[in-house]
Amino acid sequence: MSWHSEEIIRELSKLAWTLRIDVVDMIHAVGSGHPGGSLSAAELVTALIFHHLNIDPKKPQMPERDRFLLSKGHAAPLLYAALARRGFFPMEELKTLRQLDSHLQGHPDRLKTPGVEMTSGVLGHGVAIGVGLALASRLDGAGWRVYVLIGDGESQAGVIWEGALMASKYKLGNLTVILDFNGVQLDGPVEEIMPIEPVTDKWRSFGWYVTEIDGHNMKEVLRELDDLENVCNKPKIIVAHTVKGKGVSYMEGQSVWHGRAPNDEEYKLAVKELSERKSLWKD
Amino acid sequence: MERLESMRVAYGKALLDYGTVNQDIVVLDADISASSQTHYFAKRFPERFFNLGVAEAGMIDVAVGLALAGKIPFANTFAFLISLRAAEQIRTCVAYARTNVKLAAAYSGLSDSRDGPSHHSICDLAVMRAMPNITVVVATDAVEVQKMVPLVAEWDGPVYLRISRAEVPVLFNKNHDIVIGKGVLLREGSDTTLIGTGVMVSRCLEAADLLKNEGINARVIEVHTIKPPDHELIYSAAKETGCIVTAEEHSIIGGLGESVAGFLTETCPVPLKRVGIADTFAESGPYFELLDRYGMGVNDIICATKNVMKQKG
Repeated sequence: MSWHSEEIIRELSKLAWTLRIDVVDMIHAVGSGHPGGSLSAAELVTALIFHHLNIDPKKPQMPERDRFLLSKGHAAPLLYAALARRGFFPMEELKTLRQLDSHLQGHPDRLKTPGVEMTSGVLGHGVAIGVGLALASRLDGAGWRVYVLIGDGESQAGVIWEGALMASKYKLGNLTVILDFNGVQLDGPVEEIMPIEPVTDKWRSFGWYVTEIDGHNMKEVLRELDDLENVCNKPKIIVAHTVKGKGVSYMEGQSVWHGRAPNDEEYKLAVKELSERKSLWKD
Repeated sequence: MERLESMRVAYGKALLDYGTVNQDIVVLDADISASSQTHYFAKRFPERFFNLGVAEAGMIDVAVGLALAGKIPFANTFAFLISLRAAEQIRTCVAYARTNVKLAAAYSGLSDSRDGPSHHSICDLAVMRAMPNITVVVATDAVEVQKMVPLVAEWDGPVYLRISRAEVPVLFNKNHDIVIGKGVLLREGSDTTLIGTGVMVSRCLEAADLLKNEGINARVIEVHTIKPPDHELIYSAAKETGCIVTAEEHSIIGGLGESVAGFLTETCPVPLKRVGIADTFAESGPYFELLDRYGMGVNDIICATKNVMKQKG
């Protein structure tokens, strides 16, 4: 089992809360965007962008980089905040989100934003695109890995399961999918709108290696990403149990906050709560 | 009657040939390699061939992933499936994301004639034309599709390549020179211009022969690139001959005819008639008879020509 120092766990955990504040800042500033699914995935994206992935902000196109696909593209604010803090582009550009002439589109655009591997925002594409990337890496004997973050509502899309079959056929051990299982989608609870449970059984029956973690526990996230390196003969999925709108009391578990911007008052409360959570992680 | 040759076999062999030259080419199929003729490539380069089963949307996404990593994927399936079932994949991940995916659309038009309307593809050009960033090309004969494969492979960006299932008249020889985006003047004429694409090009030439017997000199232009259109050639044809007939194996809605009409209305308005399938589904039947039955016969071109010339005034 892999080991990570308390220091790195603390640093990344704190960073996840910083990204959450960035997300709320950006969405509040422009008055539109998707806070719920951005807040739920903060630890997952932090662990990947700041620790696990072999990427270099000075060389965003380096051929040997690992590929990360944000299949649940409405979490764009989270990805943008992470990329900016990682050094892919200046922090001050974050406030241009969704504005005219900004490279920060409402959903990720690979042709505009450094570090964005693939255009997304329409749900369902990430797994099969990840299959194509993983096949290419294998064809070239390149060794770089592919990571895809999907949502639970997104898991209702048929093409996700086409990709699941394909990855299994080609035994793509260089492909890891992470499911941000926050249980809530635009219209309500996933189990009400269109149940996806038992989701681990589904992926296992499709031939995948399946593991489950608490998606807000940085230690578990880091450990699982590392441990999965030892599974090479089949595609892998981490089912990460998370909370939609994590960290903002009135957003947690509420579908209404899937795609709504906080007003000034709500914004102040959100920043206050998130800052308090952040301060629990001492330097 | 001219010599007939299978366009899809020519395509399959060309893919194999050029796959030998450019090792970045990878081929994807959705369980129709025996139909699309990608089996030639599959047999020679099994490690670069991916049969993804009856999953057209997923196949396009896999092609996108391969393209992102620098491969040149040719994604193959029936034209109606690639252009309709996978339309959102193409819009978002190929067109908008501008990934270098080659969409090889087999069994286009009515060419899978006896399988009937479920397998005919009469609105694919309309869908593909409306998407920014996509280049749309239609092969006219077996020679041309062979020449297109390397051009499509080396073209910088996504391409929709429309291929017939049928054995179609061979019009060209090895000296036939094609450039994506450029139409081909096949016959001079001053009374009218027949602008054809795909199998309708040979029918335009036949119509021009018959019209000549009646003293009508029809210019004939082959438009293999539907998008971007060769505006220069179309404009000069309208200017010099004063009326136009378009001919395509596609609905008259949204295809070559509307493309030409839209452009000329804005730049050089002249009388124009569209030959194609009217706003209807066809039926099962023998291929060439089906074309005749559904408005794409040589006679239809001749009638359209006579009518359009009357409007010329």
